[in-house]
Amino acid sequence: MSTTTTFSDEVKARLEVDAKEIIGRYPQSRSALLPLLHLVQAEEGYVSAAGIAFCAEQLGLTKAEVTAVATFYTMYKRRPVGDYHVGVCTNTLCAVMGGDEIFETLKEHLEVGNNEATEDGRVSLEHVECNAACDFAPVVMVNWEFFDNQTPESAKELVDDLRLGNDVRPTRGPDSLCTFKQASRLLAGFADDRATEGPQAAGPSLVGLELARERGWAAPDPDDLPPAPVLDEGEGETK
Amino acid sequence: MTTDAQPATALTPVLSRNWDRPDSFTLQSYRETGGYEALRTALNTDPDSLVNMVKSSGLRGRGGAGFPTGMKWSFLPADNPKPRYLVVNADESEPGTCKDIPLMLANPHVLLEGIVISAYAIRSSQAFIYVRGEVLHVIRRLKHAVAEAYDAGLLGRDILGSGFDLDVVVHAGAGAYICGEETALLDSLEGYRGQPRLKPPFPAVSGLYASPTVVNNVESIASVPSIVANGVEWFTAMGTEKSAGFGFFSLSGHVARPGQYEAPLGVTLRELLDMAGGVRAGHELKFWTPGGSSTPILTDEHLDTPLDFESVGSAGSMLGTRALQIFDDTTCVVRAVGRWIAFYAHESCGKCTPCREGNFWMVQVLDRLEKGEGTEDELDKLLDICDNLLGRAFCALGDGAASPVMSSIQHFRQEYIDHVEQGGCPFDHRKSTVWGADS
Ligand SMILES: Cc1cc2nc3c(=O)[nH]c(=O)nc-3n(C[C@H](O)[C@H](O)[C@H](O)COP(=O)(O)O)c2cc1C
Ligand code: SF4
Ligand code: FES
Repeated sequence: MSTTTTFSDEVKARLEVDAKEIIGRYPQSRSALLPLLHLVQAEEGYVSAAGIAFCAEQLGLTKAEVTAVATFYTMYKRRPVGDYHVGVCTNTLCAVMGGDEIFETLKEHLEVGNNEATEDGRVSLEHVECNAACDFAPVVMVNWEFFDNQTPESAKELVDDLRLGNDVRPTRGPDSLCTFKQASRLLAGFADDRATEGPQAAGPSLVGLELARERGWAAPDPDDLPPAPVLDEGEGETK
Repeated sequence: MTTDAQPATALTPVLSRNWDRPDSFTLQSYRETGGYEALRTALNTDPDSLVNMVKSSGLRGRGGAGFPTGMKWSFLPADNPKPRYLVVNADESEPGTCKDIPLMLANPHVLLEGIVISAYAIRSSQAFIYVRGEVLHVIRRLKHAVAEAYDAGLLGRDILGSGFDLDVVVHAGAGAYICGEETALLDSLEGYRGQPRLKPPFPAVSGLYASPTVVNNVESIASVPSIVANGVEWFTAMGTEKSAGFGFFSLSGHVARPGQYEAPLGVTLRELLDMAGGVRAGHELKFWTPGGSSTPILTDEHLDTPLDFESVGSAGSMLGTRALQIFDDTTCVVRAVGRWIAFYAHESCGKCTPCREGNFWMVQVLDRLEKGEGTEDELDKLLDICDNLLGRAFCALGDGAASPVMSSIQHFRQEYIDHVEQGGCPFDHRKSTVWGADS
């Protein structure tokens, strides 16, 4: 694998405009380091030596300082990932519900190991930690969009579609997937225009609300509160 | 489990009450359900009165530790001339915890309204939302809501003509559980590796850029508008005396209808399971976490424990984030715990030895035990390591790692020994899966 050590003048000029905007958001410039690392990852699909050098130069840091930060965070990749980066949650809850089986199935099906990409560079695979979607277990993420309630079969179909270039739709996300590089650009703080796509909430997010509606349950009416319990010191009243 | 009797506790949707509107995440929809009314009220109130209001509501932090929110705000030193910051902790990464993410996806404006009110109350004009990076669509929704709020004059200069200014920056993390710990989060937000800082000084005194800073969880801040709109008595009419109000109870795992149940604190697991259709058909509850993997596991003995800070504490665990992960009788507790410890080992920031080394060794031992290659003596070794971890680690991640190990040995010692005696795992993992339920 070739890894570049500096960006071309054209790339650098373009990224410097973005970098300036990012740095401008913060009271102190160093706070821009995480978004800048997402930005260089958006350029190359991983954080290369050139990306590190660029961040260091923008912030007046040494390359060693930037490298120390980049290597601390798992979302920064040291090797190119696929256009579609698949993360299977194998933290306890998802693992027990079938995440382990899904991960094994995908490794075999794609013939890759953890943190490896297919030869065509389309799909890479990783097992991830709890992605805050346990009520939708087992959970698979593609480019950090939710694919909820997966099975080994559905996950196989998903990666086949990704390799074939067929459209796939996250369960709670935009109407279609963006690439890993586009996703990284969003993480750097540059919004795309897809926020209003996809559902506001789905399935498990709504079960409590639906049950409350069905049974006529609600928070108390502020204009008709039940009498407050009598307090010992009579000090409970507040202005 | 009884299904005929109505549970004594009813659900109280507040933050989730508009989630069934398809456009719930838009400013217009939020306004149609009363959104930003509380902000008007707040901006006509003296900031100190708002701090007192949140104090007397008894609102306690919803990010896990349960520290009283108003009290935290009142710790900001009055005489420090530096700018003050409000930092919202949207890193949601504690295994099992899955409430802030659906909240921000469906209702980002309730968080923003809470941010403006809270920032006004603590006299801050710069807020940050530190959101974990692995949730793209949530980040889109947050940024969209922020843009809408700026356009409508709800953020930026002279908000609603009050003279109050506030800027909000959405900052995406990059994959590190430890950045949920508030001081590690601040280091990360300053552009460093996310490693916890020594406390004291607490962030209120010296936080972001060594300035006075309030760090609060998403759900804590999002609860503030409802308190301002409906009053302290309304809030304290829900929950218990020391654990006031409502919160999300997130059921996951082997339960018929997993999901978000917004209820008064003090509801019991028996009541919640009843609402959720019970443990999945044909199986029994084996163990559960009351508030994520860092809270000691409980069993069916604790079905009637009120889920408030005090009662769960007395039962030997912690309320934590109300992440109720439910495991039925098909689940191997050794496997479950081993996987959690692998997580802590992976996420340990490496700053202190008890956590860095302790978790590394526990992974080795648990791995052997799970495969049936361990010995009974190794249970004592595990407890020894926990002894060195609990209370001796630099931050609460280390304490959290000891929880599943110690509690599982306490409740399920025999199951560990079964692995040793049978030379392997007595469970068929396929039966635990969603699709293996009836195989
Ligand atoms: C390892 C670790 C991870 C944490 N992760 C989170 C988190 O993801 N979100 C959160 O709000 N609090 C998290 N906390 C708790 C925070 O340190 C802090 O107590 C909280 O953000 C304060 O907000 P609150 O008072 O509103 O709860 C974590 C703590 C530890 C020790
Ligand atoms: S307890 Fe673990 S995560 Fe916390 S400071 Fe020590 S090594 Fe880091
Ligand atoms: S354990 Fe998989 S999303 Fe929480």
